[in-house]
Amino acid sequence: MIRALPSRDEILAILDDVKDPEIPVVSVVELGIVRDVGVTPDGVVVTITPTYSGCPAMREIEADIASALADHGIAPVEIRTTYSPAWTTDWISRDARDKLEAYGIAPPGPADQSELVSLSRRTPALRCPYCQSLATERKSEFGSTACKAIWFCRSCRQPFEQFKPL
Amino acid sequence: MSTPALVPYLLRLGDDRLVLGHRLSEWCGHGPILEEDIAITNIALDLIGEAALLLKLAGEEEGQGRDEDALAYFRDAVDYRNALMVELPKGDFGFTIVRQFLFSAYSVLQMEALQRSKLEALGGIAAKALKESRYHLRHSAQWVITLGDGTEESHDRAQRAVDELWRYTGELFAADEVDREMAAIGMGVDPSTLAEPWQAQVGEVVLRAGLTVPTHEYMQQGGRVGRHTEHLGHMLAEMQIVARSHPGAKW
Repeated sequence: MIRALPSRDEILAILDDVKDPEIPVVSVVELGIVRDVGVTPDGVVVTITPTYSGCPAMREIEADIASALADHGIAPVEIRTTYSPAWTTDWISRDARDKLEAYGIAPPGPADQSELVSLSRRTPALRCPYCQSLATERKSEFGSTACKAIWFCRSCRQPFEQFKPL
Repeated sequence: MSTPALVPYLLRLGDDRLVLGHRLSEWCGHGPILEEDIAITNIALDLIGEAALLLKLAGEEEGQGRDEDALAYFRDAVDYRNALMVELPKGDFGFTIVRQFLFSAYSVLQMEALQRSKLEALGGIAAKALKESRYHLRHSAQWVITLGDGTEESHDRAQRAVDELWRYTGELFAADEVDREMAAIGMGVDPSTLAEPWQAQVGEVVLRAGLTVPTHEYMQQGGRVGRHTEHLGHMLAEMQIVARSHPGAKW
């Protein structure tokens, strides 16, 4: 079957349906994992970057991208991985932040973390995604996946997760 | 531009993180509380991820067809180039935390410098590892203070860990021809230049924790040239058994 070359926007629209396997309400485009899409007469090149060096979802994301494009008859597809510049939560789109919060994951604040060793226990207040209270405390900077921290809301007594700033 | 120092240098970086990552993974299901079980294994995942990238790059630069798995699973202890500190058994929670703190403080300084490496691929890996190391440092520093400034028992255990680990810290900053060559061509960092900021940072936390640093000057070395403690071989036997028993297995 011969088909006109898809446009870059068309491909990005398809990739916007590929969700993060760990957080199925946001797409790999919204999270900033997809860094570039190139269309050449020889095929399509999608460049992605991992959130964390050891992110175990990367292979699944690659497979999901390839199969989503294949479903639209787009082939061949090459998926490249880049590590530079390093992924930052600042790339997460505004829309995606709202979706995360609605899903029960507090979105990240700005990624600037100049304080290396926190000698005080003070951390900036985070809004509870369930009851919007600011009476929350961080329980651990490490959560169920590399990209999340564990918090607790003292108002609604509900533990919740934060997409931690990186 | 390449140099014979490049592959040994990358192996040192990768092996430090692979071996420490494996030691941390031994806590999986054994953490003192659930949050710490999760934190330690998260850190293990970061370190093993960084190691995979560094060893992959080492294999590519070596050009003999070895990938990160070949380097991780099919080298013997004498071919490993990690510092001795990271191969010591995990000990108790205090030992694991103090070691993680000493290494993370080192790693942050090292990766800060390496993100400007003229070897672009290494710079990219370092910029990423730097962000992760900062989380590891904050976590372990907080715990060093909690343990050191905690109960009599937690203080004693943390102090024992500092006493035991201190003689392995000198190796992190000992520069040899490999380090100097890599620094000279702008691809690496001379570790001896990191010693002073490291001491300042570690000193601040140790003081805050009410712990003391040993005054003896003897420093144990050997890992960078493949002379390891007896512990590494035992660790590798466990880490490598599946890959060596079933070469090429996939799942």
